[in-house]
Amino acid sequence: MTTTPTSPTDNRVILDDADVARAITRLASSLVEAERGTDRLVLLGIHTRGVPLARRIRASIEAIEGVEVPLGELDITMYRDDLRRQPTRPVGRTRVPVSIDGATVVLVDDVLYSGRTVVAALDALKDLGRPAAVRLVVLVDRGHREVPVRPDHVGRDLPTAADEHVSVLLREIDGIDEVRLGRAPAEPTPTTDREENR
Amino acid sequence: MNGQNWVISGARTAEGTPGDWYISDGHFVEEPASGGTRIDADGLMILPGLVDLHTHLREPGREDAETVRSGTLAAARGGFTCVHAMANTDPVTDTAEKAETIHDLGLRDGSAQVVVVGAITKNLEGRELAEMGLMASSRAGVRVFSDDGHCVMDALLMRRALEWVRPFGGLIAQHAQDSHLAGSGACAHESEISGRLGLGGWPAAAESVIVARDVQLAKLTGSKVHVYHVSTAESVEIIRWAKKQGIPVTAEATPHHLYLGTREIEGYDTTFKVNPPLRTDEHIEALRDGLADGTIDTVGTDHAPHAVQDKDHAFIDAKPGMLGLEQALAVVMEVMVAGGRMSWADLADRMSYAPARLGRVPGQGQPIRVGSAANFVLVDPTARAVVDRNRSASLSRNNPYHGRDLPDPVVATIWGGRLTYRR
Amino acid sequence: MKHLLSAGDLSLDEVMSLLDLAEQMHDVQSRSIKKLPALRGRTIINMFFEDSTRTRTSFELAGKWLSADTINISAKGSSVSKGESMKDTMRTLDAMGVDAFVIRHAGSGTVHQAAGWVRASVINAGDGQHEHPTQALLDAYTMRRHFRDALGAEPGDRPFAGRTVLITGDLLHSRVVRSNVLLLRTLGARTIICAPPTLMPSGAASWPVEVTNDFDAALPEADIVMMLRVQRERMTSGYFPSEREYIAGWGLTATRMARMKDSAAICHPGPMNRGLEISSEAADAANSLILDQVSAGVAVRMAALYQILGGEGDVA
Repeated sequence: MTTTPTSPTDNRVILDDADVARAITRLASSLVEAERGTDRLVLLGIHTRGVPLARRIRASIEAIEGVEVPLGELDITMYRDDLRRQPTRPVGRTRVPVSIDGATVVLVDDVLYSGRTVVAALDALKDLGRPAAVRLVVLVDRGHREVPVRPDHVGRDLPTAADEHVSVLLREIDGIDEVRLGRAPAEPTPTTDREENR
Repeated sequence: MNGQNWVISGARTAEGTPGDWYISDGHFVEEPASGGTRIDADGLMILPGLVDLHTHLREPGREDAETVRSGTLAAARGGFTCVHAMANTDPVTDTAEKAETIHDLGLRDGSAQVVVVGAITKNLEGRELAEMGLMASSRAGVRVFSDDGHCVMDALLMRRALEWVRPFGGLIAQHAQDSHLAGSGACAHESEISGRLGLGGWPAAAESVIVARDVQLAKLTGSKVHVYHVSTAESVEIIRWAKKQGIPVTAEATPHHLYLGTREIEGYDTTFKVNPPLRTDEHIEALRDGLADGTIDTVGTDHAPHAVQDKDHAFIDAKPGMLGLEQALAVVMEVMVAGGRMSWADLADRMSYAPARLGRVPGQGQPIRVGSAANFVLVDPTARAVVDRNRSASLSRNNPYHGRDLPDPVVATIWGGRLTYRR
Repeated sequence: MKHLLSAGDLSLDEVMSLLDLAEQMHDVQSRSIKKLPALRGRTIINMFFEDSTRTRTSFELAGKWLSADTINISAKGSSVSKGESMKDTMRTLDAMGVDAFVIRHAGSGTVHQAAGWVRASVINAGDGQHEHPTQALLDAYTMRRHFRDALGAEPGDRPFAGRTVLITGDLLHSRVVRSNVLLLRTLGARTIICAPPTLMPSGAASWPVEVTNDFDAALPEADIVMMLRVQRERMTSGYFPSEREYIAGWGLTATRMARMKDSAAICHPGPMNRGLEISSEAADAANSLILDQVSAGVAVRMAALYQILGGEGDVA
């Protein structure tokens, strides 16, 4: 739901596929460094593009540490604070392979914007167990926070104007790896941004 | 009641005779009386006042649903000058005293002649005969007897009833429904639709087996049987056969069974719950054929007003019945006359002459000619309107024709020289 | 989706997404905190004009696990029995600002009528002998899982294509069969319905099914053998001569089970009359899905409630 490719006008590529790959590797290593290893780490990708990102970060961690970190996926649709603002939304899969009680849960998402998605994800976690700690990893932080949320690891800080929008494209879903910045289309389409949860 | 003097100019009769008609002292007369009110009836028809052998006026007992006053006002709006008040009131009309009470209400409140129908059995229970002879000799002069709403299921009791009324020429009118084949849960014509909707089936055979039985009893006793609200092709066939044998059986079709089909109930609209139920096209066609060829003698409305709260229930729990007085003529015009299946003269017969003859009502159902009582209706054969259930004289709103485009024929109704309705 | 009245109102896409959503909900059922916030602030009234512990509990849990406020009204003992019409009862509660009614009523069609009386959404939890759409959905859910998990079928768009479902029992009085026939048509299954002639609905021959009285002949064809309850009272009202004779023709007995395909499974919506339409051997067999059906009930009803109440719409 992050990025429907937008109108081609005004679309600048901020990160190409090599940049994306480097950012992911860097996120993996800074995470492992900050957590001093992988002990009790659980990666949870937030639907939709957080899921493949989390999978890639895990592969990166495995390459660095030789450890397979447990990986799950989290759908926060039902925890959104704007659920009632739109027609009934489809619900994605939530799959948590191990107990998160006492674990360090790493939430992975593509873009951090208002922060509301993260709040919803924290609410969802509460119903799944009681982690020892929760960390937030995002590929792009574009600013404009509406709630007091801050990421622990960021692939790329990207100052933006409110009327701009960020598209993250990933191979698994979109066929290519790319991050674009563009003007918001004249007709605002509610799901063009990761942070539609406003 | 002598009514006014009238001059009706330019109206054509059902038989096609055009002319001016003069009314004085409640009768058609040769010469215009002085001071007669003139009605310019160019292009209109003058039909004998319609006679309904089958009307539920609900008084006494359910005056919230209908009264003698409101029901006969609705009758007048529909072109009727005579209605037969069914016995299933509260209390049931099963004694001379109760019959006279309703008779008197009719004299006091009626906008049409109210003829009382007596019960065949006490309290309509189908066990013991009601005092039919005393009702016949009462001031009410009851001639038609019916347990309508209930079938006289006991063949022996039916035989006794037919025999009992013979000396005073009573007419036994049967509600033909085998109460085992179509029991309390039966509320929809048994068909693909009842099966799909999960509604209890009321098979056509539950009617025709009783019609077949009663035809045999009419033959056995030599007494007349009148079959109310015939709704199936099989019943029509049996009655046609019986008439050929000379068996004294007559029959009625209602406007709704001539016009509406069982598909109407697909949305579970309880307005369309009626007993017997609305049926399928082949039955509707057979009824129309039967009415056209005279197998079916009369159109009776089975006007059955129900308060809103008696219809706002599960389909199975809602009261059966629908209004009919105000649209009966329109429906018969639409399905029988407009399509050329029946002449206006046939219509006058089925809706006036025949029912008056069967009910032996003096002064009603007479041809439009000098000497006849001045019971008539002026009809515009071309006017049409969309039926609005709220524009009704009835106290109830269970009108199945609501929202339909139908003829809107009744211009004025005159009963005994008295204007009872004028558009 | 404003209401859920008939299984026939659902498109294939809608059915598949409901079943997919039910899979998610089923996961929630196995968590220690069985709660999702999706319907927080919504109010659902379970109006049961007819007793049904199973269906009512299932709807109540579904609502509660989605954080809705659910209220149960057993209308048999409420104002209805004091003469208030169903319409007034519904409108009164509707005026209090309810979001949805889940209705069970003994009269066919009442739930459709109710939908016209109130502003809230209406969900059919069984109307007379007419329909029971969430039962059909949970049956479809259970069957689909069986095809996938036990038979290893690909979870494609049309998991029911090429499958034969045989429904046997008192079809005349069954709302389950009517909803199942509609849903199975949408899903593309081959459906055979089987009953003695006295318990076959009129006009069943025009339904999108094959109709038979011969259970033994149909049994080897079936991938799913769905048995429907036969109330013993039907015997006294003349629908069949004796239990023995019913069982001889239409009971799923141990010996009859031998005629089933090895891969076939047994369903029953409950409550069962063991020893009449179904033997204990069949009910408790390894290939019986009866408890899976019960387990699926809550998940499927959660999915339905979410579809109806999860989005925008100021129903109250």
